[in-house]
Amino acid sequence: MIIKNGTLVLRDGLVKKDVLVQEGKIVKIADNICVDGETVVDASGLHVFPGLIDIHVHLREPGFERKENIESGAQAAVKGGFTQVCCMPNTNPVVDNKVVVSYIKTRAKEVNLCKIHPIGAITKGSKGEELAAIGGMQKAGAVAISDDGVAVKNARLMYNAMLYAKGFGLKCLCHCEDKDLVDGGSVHEGLSATIAGIKGIPRAAEDVIIARELSLAEELDCPVHICHVSTYSGVRLIRDAKRAGVKVSAETCPHYFAATDEVILGYDTNTKVNPPIREEKDRLAIIEGLKDGTLDCIVTDHAPHHADDKNVEYPLAAFGISGIETSLGFTLEYLYKTGVLTLPQIADKMSYQPAKVLGLDGGEIAEGEVADFTIVNVDEEWTVDSSKFVSKGKNTPFNGYKLSGVVKYTIVDGDVKYTA
Amino acid sequence: MLKRKDVLGLIDASEEEISEILNLAAQIKRRIQNGEKKMDDLAGKTATVLFYENSTRTRTSFEQAAKYLGATTINIVAGNSSVAKGETLVDTGKTLDAQRNDFIIIRHPMGGAPHLLAKTVKASVLNAGDGMNEHPTQALLDMLTMQETFGSLKGLKVAILGDIKHSRVAKSNLFGLKTMGAEVRMYAPETLIPRSIDKLGAKVCGSREEALDGADVVMGLRIQLERQQAGNFPSLGEYAAFYGVDEKMLSYANPNAIVLHPGPVNRGVELSSGVIDHERSRIEDQVLSGVAVRMALLKLLNEYREANA
Repeated sequence: MIIKNGTLVLRDGLVKKDVLVQEGKIVKIADNICVDGETVVDASGLHVFPGLIDIHVHLREPGFERKENIESGAQAAVKGGFTQVCCMPNTNPVVDNKVVVSYIKTRAKEVNLCKIHPIGAITKGSKGEELAAIGGMQKAGAVAISDDGVAVKNARLMYNAMLYAKGFGLKCLCHCEDKDLVDGGSVHEGLSATIAGIKGIPRAAEDVIIARELSLAEELDCPVHICHVSTYSGVRLIRDAKRAGVKVSAETCPHYFAATDEVILGYDTNTKVNPPIREEKDRLAIIEGLKDGTLDCIVTDHAPHHADDKNVEYPLAAFGISGIETSLGFTLEYLYKTGVLTLPQIADKMSYQPAKVLGLDGGEIAEGEVADFTIVNVDEEWTVDSSKFVSKGKNTPFNGYKLSGVVKYTIVDGDVKYTA
Repeated sequence: MLKRKDVLGLIDASEEEISEILNLAAQIKRRIQNGEKKMDDLAGKTATVLFYENSTRTRTSFEQAAKYLGATTINIVAGNSSVAKGETLVDTGKTLDAQRNDFIIIRHPMGGAPHLLAKTVKASVLNAGDGMNEHPTQALLDMLTMQETFGSLKGLKVAILGDIKHSRVAKSNLFGLKTMGAEVRMYAPETLIPRSIDKLGAKVCGSREEALDGADVVMGLRIQLERQQAGNFPSLGEYAAFYGVDEKMLSYANPNAIVLHPGPVNRGVELSSGVIDHERSRIEDQVLSGVAVRMALLKLLNEYREANA
């Protein structure tokens, strides 16, 4: 395969060159490559990104196939431009042993769209009581561990988890949430919560556990990854820890840099997400954190739900936004067009850093690398319409939002898996 | 004239709308006081009272209002209906609509539930209290009592003391009273004050004396024992000592000040018995104001429905 006439988004800048792909690898990057018999992907007027990687998605299989399954999730992923995704273990059964890890790997191979890496649970059943079979899961292909959806309540158990997982080269991906402070809240605790009369979740519910995980990571000299940062104060905690040399990486999601808590007024349950969408000062701090490198990755926390899970009273509705098909569009509209990040910086947040955090292949366009690409018309505008999602989860509060950037091709290991 | 299908809250009610409701309610109240309890404005209409929370006062008040207007009323208590079998609010609403209900009066423990129902059904939805959100008819009846006492709401100083954080009554009163030009003061332990309530125009006071100084209306809100158990204050006794209103505290208010409470009252906690039974207490008068306000709303909503049928 030859990708011709595109603008390559490299680590250090943009360059107009052709790419020759053979046997799933990038073999040559040069001007005017011509090889007889190779298929040609015409990328004229398009940008060629390294294949985007989302290290935080929920594919719901096994157990919640009504919300999403590995096939529909993978279809949504490649439509959104993702060549690799890492799926969280809060399925039914929970991914807490090698059997479930192998099941997901097998299904991913059958579906054969993007690469799917299972994340194992930290504790059995994600109940926070005993360690899950971390070693066995790593051998079966788990790329990290997380009790995403809840924080491990017992700090000593988390201490042990970090240390034990380090022995298998696995990182803890920390969902930071103090349940006592959440106390049944379902939106950000602030003016909008007061207006709507819905119980709020204070920033401190997230921050105290971020602080705890940073403290454990420092104490144990273990690398740790903080999931879906939503608070300005959380950004500051992570920034300070990084400066002090703590081995921490962190992620945020498009809804935290694109929206504020006023979206909850009107009780659209599709705005309900955990952690909650917060205030303008948080939104600006998230953007600043992305800019200065405090926040390494943009992930979606793609959380598809069935309409029935959302068509109920706000406090009863499920948490989560179906976001994998809008992630790049939000990033280009809110971070690139506004001048916050350059295209190479966006590739860094959505491909290079995610690969680095979990030690995955890919993440950059360079000779010898895997041939994963996301080819995008960066300037093409489009409007969010969830009825057109290929994900089973139509739960987005962003219908009607104008976004930028349309994925034209998603290429995985040298095979075109999606064409617009 | 009131131009809306539903009455979900006072957050977006205009001064004209509130005046229209209060003026009509005042007329109706006088008619009831003169013994006239049979009207036929809602003859042939059905009103369903759908309560997901316990209530005596509000439920019977709505039922009475609909009956005085000649409507057929149906009473659904969530505990012994299909709701108890796990039916969703949306499905319950669809059933009630299929039965050609004209009005659904809903009380629900969660904010926004009436809004969800209103989006689902053709019937007019009246919010009889939703979680910590709003209780518009309670605020309107409070305002009716205030207007009858002082002639106008403009410039009135209203002091609200009690569990403001969990109170839909405080919020609806705040929205309504601010729209009508009154001053709303609040005082409670900070654990019982909602975040950023000052940004909605409430004056959060630093002491009882400050809240009550020259107040025209003193409104107590119920302090529930469960709030103590959740750690919002140490004991009902400590609450009464530092945050309750007794006759001595009442003396800081305007000599003509009236005392209101949406009930049920915890005697000796938020208000002392001396204050509850004080000659300036209008707590009992609020009950009749409640029936009148609910009749006025039903009548206005019905007129809107007929004009838009």
